[in-house]
Amino acid sequence: MSKPYLSLEQIDMVFSRGGASTQVLNQVSLSVEKGEFISIIGHSGCGKSTLLNIVAGLTQATRGVVFLEGTVVDTPGPDRAVVFQNHSLLPWLTVYENVKLAVDKVFSASKSRAERHEWTMRNLELVQMVHARDKHPSEVSGGMKQRVGIARALAMEPKVLLLDEPFGALDALTRAHLQDQVMQIHTELANTVLMITHDVDEAVLLSDRIVMMTNGPSARIGEILDVPLDRPRRRIELAADATYIRCRSSVLKFLYERHRLVEAA
Amino acid sequence: MTASPVPIRPTEKPQAAKIMTLSIPPKTGSPRRLPPWLTSLAAHVVPPIITLVFLLVLWEILCSSPTASVPPPSRVVSETWELIVHPFYAGQGVDQGLFWHILASLKRVALGYCLAAVAGIALGTLVGQSEWAMRGLDPIFQVLRTVPPLAWLPLSLAAFKDGNPSAIFVIFITAIWPIIINTAVGIRNIPQDYQNVARVLRLNQFEYFTKIMIPAAAPYIFTGLRIGIGLSWLAIVAAEMLIGGVGIGFFIWDAWNSSRISDIILALIYVGIVGYLLDRAIAFVARTVTRNTASA
Repeated sequence: MSKPYLSLEQIDMVFSRGGASTQVLNQVSLSVEKGEFISIIGHSGCGKSTLLNIVAGLTQATRGVVFLEGTVVDTPGPDRAVVFQNHSLLPWLTVYENVKLAVDKVFSASKSRAERHEWTMRNLELVQMVHARDKHPSEVSGGMKQRVGIARALAMEPKVLLLDEPFGALDALTRAHLQDQVMQIHTELANTVLMITHDVDEAVLLSDRIVMMTNGPSARIGEILDVPLDRPRRRIELAADATYIRCRSSVLKFLYERHRLVEAA
Repeated sequence: MTASPVPIRPTEKPQAAKIMTLSIPPKTGSPRRLPPWLTSLAAHVVPPIITLVFLLVLWEILCSSPTASVPPPSRVVSETWELIVHPFYAGQGVDQGLFWHILASLKRVALGYCLAAVAGIALGTLVGQSEWAMRGLDPIFQVLRTVPPLAWLPLSLAAFKDGNPSAIFVIFITAIWPIIINTAVGIRNIPQDYQNVARVLRLNQFEYFTKIMIPAAAPYIFTGLRIGIGLSWLAIVAAEMLIGGVGIGFFIWDAWNSSRISDIILALIYVGIVGYLLDRAIAFVARTVTRNTASA
């Protein structure tokens, strides 16, 4: 029996604070094939970030297991590199040093000093940030910071790339530009990607499959939608594409009709 | 998380732009002829000089009567002229130029302060990192830090049986508390994001300490160091008055015992200037080191 590349099995997450406990995730199971681009979409507070943190190993699931290539993963590691929503670059290091820190740590044994430098530069090239290599994070724009964050994650050569609302804090134009870059990188490197998002267009544009979460508490996977669009995808052509529109409207229907966020009155 | 468009309230009608004429202040004086750097220098130097001259004149007037207990500035200068022009004079025992007195004080401060910085950052790291160390040590620190510096002097004299190490110990114990407390706060406040990065990268304890913890806490640590140097300089003068020997504190006490009020005034001015320079020096180091640690 062949195991999927990445599989989440019956993940339950319960947060207990004092005497009260809240079930955040309920029986979440998901299989991801190698090279797949999966988006997880849902309203705020549905536990999608928690789910990503569990895969990253930053949070321990209450019940359930995450398998990566048949091995249980329950601690954080560079094989599941995370691009954090707020980039999380170290402000006292330059753009180059931020990526180099990851490269030095992950490839300390397997690459020579010169090779590590090469590899750092390769990844900065991939996100087109070589020109700002000696700048500090405070000196570059939000989009650039996020690109460096992506370069840092890619430089770890992760088995799964975890993106936690990577474009959430960016303006629409920068976001579109970065989405194109991420698609480009995904085409080139064929990474396995798990992305959290709350942007329907972003999910449809980038993903092979969209995992839609029901509202919390006790969120579960409501539906999984295949996005049978050919790659490379071009956002302008897709805007009029029937499949794109169908996918988009079924996600919208899920989010705004069947699982509307009921505001606390 | 979702950015919702800001609704335009219908009640707010766009107002017609008013044209306002701003009056241009007439150019005064000669700054046009001066280079800009000189103008900016003058803007910073002239006001304090005016204040200083004003205060000196006031002091001169208030203390000009022959019966005044405090000498006016003119007499201070004439009486201390020897000390002012011969700062490097080296005589017997405590009969030294003011430079040597200040140097002796600075040496004590440097030693006590450096020990306090090392021990303070180490203890602060411990307290900041470990919940149990904090619970165990913090109450003790909070009590001990309120003990006035000079109250430690008799105890340290009893322990060291010598003036010099006692003075150094007083500096140490004075400077260490703000360094410990600020370091601990800085370490406790390391953003979760940086810790997550460290965990994903699997940094070991040593790498975490050098690459994340110290740089992230540096602004706090330097706040502690800066408070510490100020307190050290406050304490050294008082401690030296009691332990004697060469040092600016004992110089002041000696001058008082010989009723040389002008010498005391001169020494106070020097103490103030040196204290100011120490503070600026630490502030400068802090700026240089933590230039890029402000969260981006």
